[in-house]
Amino acid sequence: MLPNRRGYFGEFGGRFVPETLMNALEELEQAYSSAKRDGRFQKELKYYLSQYAGRPTPLYFAQKLTKKLGGARIYLKREDLCHTGAHKINNTLGQGLLTKRMGKKRVIAETGAGQHGVATAVAAALLGLECEVYMGTEDIKRQSLNVFRMKLLGSKVIPVKSGFRTLKDAINEALRDWVTNIRITHYLLGSTVGPHPYPVMVRDFQSIIGKETKEQILKQEGRLPDYLVACVGGGSNSLGLFHPFYRDKRVKFIGVEAAGRGIKTGKHSSPLLAGSVGVLHGSESYLLQNKDGQIKETHSIAPGLDYPGVGPEHSFYKKIGRAKYVPITDKEALKAFLLLAQTEGITPALESAHALAYVVRLAPKLSKNKIIVINLSGRGDKDVHIVAEALGVRL
Amino acid sequence: MSRISEKLKELKKKKKTALIPFITAGDPDLKTTKALVLEMERRGADIIELGVPFSDPIADGPTIQAAGIRAMKHKISLEDILKLVKDLRRKTEVPLVLMTYYNLFYNYGIERFAVQAKKSGVDGVIAADLPVEEASELKKYARKNNLDTIFLASPTSPPQRLKLIAKETRGFIYYVSLTGVTGVREELAEDLISSLKRLKRLTKKPIAVGFGISKPEHIRKIRRYADGAVVGSAIISVIEKNLKSKDLVKKVGNFVRRLAQACY
Repeated sequence: MLPNRRGYFGEFGGRFVPETLMNALEELEQAYSSAKRDGRFQKELKYYLSQYAGRPTPLYFAQKLTKKLGGARIYLKREDLCHTGAHKINNTLGQGLLTKRMGKKRVIAETGAGQHGVATAVAAALLGLECEVYMGTEDIKRQSLNVFRMKLLGSKVIPVKSGFRTLKDAINEALRDWVTNIRITHYLLGSTVGPHPYPVMVRDFQSIIGKETKEQILKQEGRLPDYLVACVGGGSNSLGLFHPFYRDKRVKFIGVEAAGRGIKTGKHSSPLLAGSVGVLHGSESYLLQNKDGQIKETHSIAPGLDYPGVGPEHSFYKKIGRAKYVPITDKEALKAFLLLAQTEGITPALESAHALAYVVRLAPKLSKNKIIVINLSGRGDKDVHIVAEALGVRL
Repeated sequence: MSRISEKLKELKKKKKTALIPFITAGDPDLKTTKALVLEMERRGADIIELGVPFSDPIADGPTIQAAGIRAMKHKISLEDILKLVKDLRRKTEVPLVLMTYYNLFYNYGIERFAVQAKKSGVDGVIAADLPVEEASELKKYARKNNLDTIFLASPTSPPQRLKLIAKETRGFIYYVSLTGVTGVREELAEDLISSLKRLKRLTKKPIAVGFGISKPEHIRKIRRYADGAVVGSAIISVIEKNLKSKDLVKKVGNFVRRLAQACY
């Protein structure tokens, strides 16, 4: 089973952190592995996922979109309908309950798009935990609505002015906080990145997406899908969808990376397509770095994808060829955003619009009996003003 | 025996704690770094740590972060710093340690790095985000090239980890005085002395204390329990305040002198 005992997916993963964090990571690993086997913990999590977060989310057959593209049958896994508007809540409820189980009273988190920050703030309010969220000032500007939401929920948002002032830097600052307040604090990391056990734990909490999808597609189509398509930033929504299908070799995985203004321009967030292997934020994985090993600045219109690294499990999938990775530019994502809004009446998060944009290319090439499932990981309300700006509209 | 171990042995005989200043190489430029190393040695530094600037220094507080940003303005690379060490070796035998984050070694190629570092005259290496469990490759090539791999121990390391760190480290154990990032602190952590006493009972390896050690009185308080004291941010603050001064090197030297006097 992957990862191995030391948190490696093949050659990727591990635990590259300052010594001060090592004991806490070992404790977290033990707490998580005991919670995983504890029926009461699982029952409590299940209760919150269904009664509070609104699971299961629908697997919606997008009839009009299918017709418009004129090829494969397209299903949308509606994670945008989760409480808080994105899949992030699956993980924050899980880790929130785990925090209580470990007897810690404070959580910290990083956020890019603000979705994980909001989902953490929500879980903290629900479970009675103190919560501070680190966010780059560049993202605070781009996602002001989510910033205010977190504050309304009783969390503190701490602006991060170092580096490029986006997600990467928010993680740096959260790690510095954690090193300092390790004894009372749990770092509620929002993606399948970071040191072991985060990549496997976050993937497990998100696997509910794929498990439900499997059941639902069998019920609705009587067979497994041909393609699963999801956007890849750190990797939590994609691995949540993909992982339960790992052994179903006929189901193809397609991870969509943010190509920003185009991979050739250098202004993108595509470590799997244009990066090299290195060590950042606790694990060995693909990275965007210069020839000297310094981490490069990234760009994507979708703040949740604007990150130079990627989860180690994705690096492993790339290496063994289990998943295919493709680039989608800002412009293509924007077009897909509008297309879904106008054909199905759904405004996707700009992150999820990347997955959709690839399907716009893929579906017409496939025959009508093929099935594609897209993870619609979040809703686009938070992005309306970015879209307005990109279209040259003043709100 | 490595230059670091020899130095610590010699100081132990004299009942002196080693003064180990840390500066970021290339802050504000490599020429100044070279002058600073020579001046600090002249004013009483026993071992010198050179920080290799990295874009994402998660174990560093604002002072060392800022030093890294100043250095990276000139796009300083690990290669440049190896050249600097080579150049310094014509003028000094002071033990030199490179401290940074693992990605820079990894990117350079671990074996190539170990060979080149030794060739240039580096004595020891520290990667702040490399715990012993992940260090097998670095250890392998460092051992082959007689390069000390220095590991960090912290107040959150339980006894079995401390023993493992003590076993794997070469040169000395770098004991992190507090739970937190690098940076100047007013006071020492309350439990520091008792932690050092406990660590001493677990190992015979030399122990150097760093993170938060900022002034002569801090060194005086720990010197009976530690073989070395690492001072970084406090020295870099002097650099920061004198960036435009012609006397930058001299002023850092004066501060190092005061720290060195507290080591006896």
